[in-house]
Amino acid sequence: MAIHLTKESRVLVQGMTGGEGMKHTRRMLAAGTNVVGGVNPRKAGRNADFDDRRVPVFGSVAEGMDATGADVTVVFVPPAFARPAVTEAADAGIGLAVVITEGIPVHDSVAFVEHARRRGTRVIGPNCPGLISPGQSNAGIIPADITTPGRIGLVSKSGTLTYQLMHELRDTGFSTCVGIGGDPVVGTTHIDCLAAFQEDPDTDLIVLIGEIGGDAEERAAAYVRDHVTKPVVGYIAGFTAPEGRTMGHAGAIVSGSSGTARAKKEALEAAGVRVGDTPTETARQVLAVLNAGG
Amino acid sequence: MDLYEHQARELFEEHGIVVPRAEVTDSPKKAREIARRLGGRVVVKAQVRTGGRGKAGGVKLAADPAAAELTARQMLGMDIKGHTVGTVMLARPVDIEEEFYVSYVLDRAAGRFLAIASAEGGMDIEEVAATRPEAVARVPVDPAEGVTPATASRIAEAAGLPPQTVDVLVRLWEVLVREDALLVEVNPLVRTRDGRITALDGKVTLDDNASFRRTRRGAGHETPQDPLEAAAAAKGLTYVKLDGEVGIIGNGAGLVMATLDVVAGCGARPANFLDIGGGASAQVMADGLSVILSDPSVRSVLVNVFGGITACDAVADGIVRALDTVRLTKPLVVRLDGNNAARGRAVLDAHAHPLVEQVPTMDGAASRAAHLATTP
Repeated sequence: MAIHLTKESRVLVQGMTGGEGMKHTRRMLAAGTNVVGGVNPRKAGRNADFDDRRVPVFGSVAEGMDATGADVTVVFVPPAFARPAVTEAADAGIGLAVVITEGIPVHDSVAFVEHARRRGTRVIGPNCPGLISPGQSNAGIIPADITTPGRIGLVSKSGTLTYQLMHELRDTGFSTCVGIGGDPVVGTTHIDCLAAFQEDPDTDLIVLIGEIGGDAEERAAAYVRDHVTKPVVGYIAGFTAPEGRTMGHAGAIVSGSSGTARAKKEALEAAGVRVGDTPTETARQVLAVLNAGG
Repeated sequence: MDLYEHQARELFEEHGIVVPRAEVTDSPKKAREIARRLGGRVVVKAQVRTGGRGKAGGVKLAADPAAAELTARQMLGMDIKGHTVGTVMLARPVDIEEEFYVSYVLDRAAGRFLAIASAEGGMDIEEVAATRPEAVARVPVDPAEGVTPATASRIAEAAGLPPQTVDVLVRLWEVLVREDALLVEVNPLVRTRDGRITALDGKVTLDDNASFRRTRRGAGHETPQDPLEAAAAAKGLTYVKLDGEVGIIGNGAGLVMATLDVVAGCGARPANFLDIGGGASAQVMADGLSVILSDPSVRSVLVNVFGGITACDAVADGIVRALDTVRLTKPLVVRLDGNNAARGRAVLDAHAHPLVEQVPTMDGAASRAAHLATTP
């Protein structure tokens, strides 16, 4: 079944006709994603050609949904246009908006995440690689060819660490991998994904990847303790990060004693989550748990 | 990025929040002139982007212009928690009747901003919050509504602030929104003997992501103090200088952070964080290598790339081209995995540079780079 994204998902791409949009739409199509249209008000009525596929361009998300029954949009527009793009998608009533765009001002993210919440649209991201249900659908920029379908669910703040774990566990495979993004404000949290994986009959084990900054991992740990019965294996990046410096991701910053990798690891371990010291060790622990029958 | 106190003060003033008269200088002589202009008796405040200045001797009262000059001379060049004092601000003292605390901070968990206010400002607000949480009001702000006079009244009431502070709370919210700030804080906000509400000290953190719509102020484009960070920033690289001996380049913030941790786990210290990002070009690779190699404390370099969007053969081409433009004087350990890894490894094998070696796993490469950096 997978979470949030399945074979049945019908995907629009906002910003499809831009450079990144074209490149990644081609990759999504190659991964089997049912891309039903692009959105660009200035190119409405035209088509975009991808190898053997011709994808129509619509003037708005609402038009695209009317014409195709789309229920997912992937947003590639530049940072200055992200807020109106997501707001438009939410107003059109789409179920899921995956915001790949990085560098969005926090005030804009706060505004569109709140707006989407009120309209009942789930936002994944911003500044995220998107999500993939291998063998079914791929909404975003995660490389589809480094993994296989399987029964592990993965949720991560980091794109490349997602890829690293997908690659190391490629022989076992994944139900869904969700990159929630490294910004201070994101639409979908670790907890949202833990809850969905717990309910998903096709997921046997959950991998949770976190990093310094905020307390999302601590809150996720409390959620695991209280609500998750499936095994969870974790990894946290940023033990060597100094205080007060942003480590690549806008949200990855240790402020005083809060947001440290150590605190996050301890919270997860206290909730019964096995936490690896390296990505490789984390993958080995996943295999050990699966081989022990959960 | 964090603003200096005097920059925060200017923003407050532009948005109609009362602040004491003050001027900034980097010269003791000018400090004397400024003190004279301000009426003789002044507060001299070191301008550094860190808290706890007062305890570190960075805030002093000077009784007259001569004392102001002497104090400025002592303060300039001083080190406060690793920050060198480059300028001092001289401010006219105010007669304080009451001190309060107000701020708007991002609540990451809720995905919205939060007003924090207390009728007990001036002292360590974190201690007040920890020992007597009931003395600190925390009021979430509805993003669609913002802080209206009605919201501000609720905040003031919850914190026990006098009604005159309502206007400041509204204006401070305007600073937060219009300047794209992640944090605005006034501590202390004071009521003076003549009944005016004045912001005595302020902290503002601007959102770097919003610099594209921040047209009028140069504050968002300041050059870092560290020369290597400045060089990296000029080339558009995501780079943080650290104090170890293993230079680290990787793709993606999470993977680079993980690489630093794995190197540290092997008994060496990372010299930096450098993320070449997705789809890195040969030029980016060369720029990254040149910044790292010009750091004299670097003893080995680890390139850890997991090709996702990035193709490993492109990275390998980048390394080879970088070796043509940058003279390699330190061992370079490379781990390529993922997209086109086999082709990338073949490119480096064919180049056969004597100082470049490949290790196929992240842990193995980190261990090798750590060994090379710590062995005499």
